[in-house]
Amino acid sequence: MQVQIKYFASLREALGPGERRDTPAATVAQLRDELIAQGGAHAQALDRQRPVRSALDQTMCDESKPLSEGCEVAFFPPVTGG
Amino acid sequence: MQKRVRIQTEDFDLSTELAALRGQDRRVGAVCSFVGTVRDRHADLERHTSVTLGEVQSLELEHYPGMTEKSIESMIDEAMARFDIYAARVVHRVGLMHPTDQVVLAAVSSAHRGESFQACEFLMDYLKTQAPFWKKEVTPEGARWVDARVADDAALARWGLTLPNR
Repeated sequence: MQVQIKYFASLREALGPGERRDTPAATVAQLRDELIAQGGAHAQALDRQRPVRSALDQTMCDESKPLSEGCEVAFFPPVTGG
Repeated sequence: MQKRVRIQTEDFDLSTELAALRGQDRRVGAVCSFVGTVRDRHADLERHTSVTLGEVQSLELEHYPGMTEKSIESMIDEAMARFDIYAARVVHRVGLMHPTDQVVLAAVSSAHRGESFQACEFLMDYLKTQAPFWKKEVTPEGARWVDARVADDAALARWGLTLPNR
């Protein structure tokens, strides 16, 4: 299915603002694993040792959340506003 | 109706915001506000006073347009449900800022002070760990992304919310 991926802060600096992607992934976790498997900057920025948070359709989520056609998935570091 | 959440690059005026929050609501007996400002020392400097790190020269604030507004709106809904308050608003700046600049405003109105104080603190604790903003500090040694603080997760946990940020 088609998903829209977005990156913010240090992840955006490493990977760009995001991409449209055709993916067999069924969950946010599987999508992250698929991106890590790409190697290079993706493997580094999304490494499982790093604190990366995710949002599905603009709501914070844990990575077990299922993807749906046309959904928006964002990956970013812990937030630091306020 | 006034917007409850605003994300903007421009500065804000506290008196104007509080006047708008109160409006003509004669039930209001308490208004509580919090203003966060840019300080010249970053967290690492506070923790390790022996380490020589330069002062913060500027702060760059990034956010996730759309999600930011949506997440803070739901935080205000949650505050309205938890506390006996009449109105609340949040203004958060993004973009380039400097020490002493105002960054964020959270303001709440209620009949009595207790609910306003609590709701204002709740909103800030929530926003700190759940609203998609990221700070980057520029110091004489270069630019660096600010690390999230464990203390902020603990502050939210006091309200019975376990939503770890880090």
